[in-house]
Amino acid sequence: MHEWALAEGVIKTAVEKAKESKMKSIDEIDLKIGEMQDIELDIFKFALDELMKEYGMKAKINIRIQKTKFKCNVCNYEWHFDEFELTEDEKEFVHFLPESIFSHARCPKCGSQYFEIVEGRGVWIEAIRGKK
Amino acid sequence: MIDARLEIIEERLKRIKRIVAVSSGKGGVGKSMVSATMAMALSKKYKVGLLDLDFYGPSTHIIMNAGDKPAEKNGLIPPLVENIKFMSIIYFTEDKAAPLKGKDIINAIIELLAITIWDELDFLIIDMPPGMGEEVMAILKFMKEAEFIVVTTPSILSWETVKKLLLFLKNNRCKILGIVENMVMEHSIKNEIEKFGRYLGAIKFDASIEKFIGNANKIMESDFGKDVEKIAMKI
Repeated sequence: MHEWALAEGVIKTAVEKAKESKMKSIDEIDLKIGEMQDIELDIFKFALDELMKEYGMKAKINIRIQKTKFKCNVCNYEWHFDEFELTEDEKEFVHFLPESIFSHARCPKCGSQYFEIVEGRGVWIEAIRGKK
Repeated sequence: MIDARLEIIEERLKRIKRIVAVSSGKGGVGKSMVSATMAMALSKKYKVGLLDLDFYGPSTHIIMNAGDKPAEKNGLIPPLVENIKFMSIIYFTEDKAAPLKGKDIINAIIELLAITIWDELDFLIIDMPPGMGEEVMAILKFMKEAEFIVVTTPSILSWETVKKLLLFLKNNRCKILGIVENMVMEHSIKNEIEKFGRYLGAIKFDASIEKFIGNANKIMESDFGKDVEKIAMKI
């Protein structure tokens, strides 16, 4: 997913959830981002800052990148994202649409395309802290 | 934990006046041809987008001869193909197979909906895959206002399956715009279809259509194109 779209999703979700919890201000957001999203952290942080200005927010955003783990459903081999040998174009495709990995990659051990993303995919808000 | 992508989907779709999902219980009934041609017919008067959600067998890009790739600006801006904003998984998978499983299909749909900037549209036409898989469930969850057009052929094999989809959509309180009968030769099942819902129209079997695939003007000038255009004007 693109950095700006991702940042927009984070800020809008945080604002909405803060409203639901009747928070007056958001002080801190904990984020978990799957390695597979392959985001440029500098652009992402810039986008978050710009969007927070739009929403009149000034929160500290803690980002944790979760390593991506795959498991082959045929031979049970487990591996990480960096074991794939993807071209630059394929990396770009996976950046925008992580599920395109199933088109571009195979199990490094048996060559099957029948594998799972066990973890390390998606963008998750783990916690939102603020004043009520 | 909250999925940060979900909030943005509503934002991305809010300037779309109508979402029309072209579906069928059965494969091979001409959904993609109907979807793409309907989008082209509507684009003469309206702002139209076309989203190909048939991940296993995307084909609207071939019908419309889509070439340009999406542009990157705070998300992805779909290229204009025949004056239609177009998005498909092929921009990310190229010509390779996309062997996605249940939750991967849902994730891919969420990602596409979150990332695509349609902006203002009168119609977003969605070319659905055959059957009642995750893609139909995703429409029910993320596009509650979507209206369905269901395509069948006069064959009993097609119609018997399509009836199950119609029943499912009715049970789930989906808005069904109507049923299109495609590839009609001497035999029509119009009377049978009318017992189940609004008959949007017949599209006569047009043996010439295969050679026009990839040429929008020729498709629109064909008997097939004219029949689809009449149906498009009814919705």
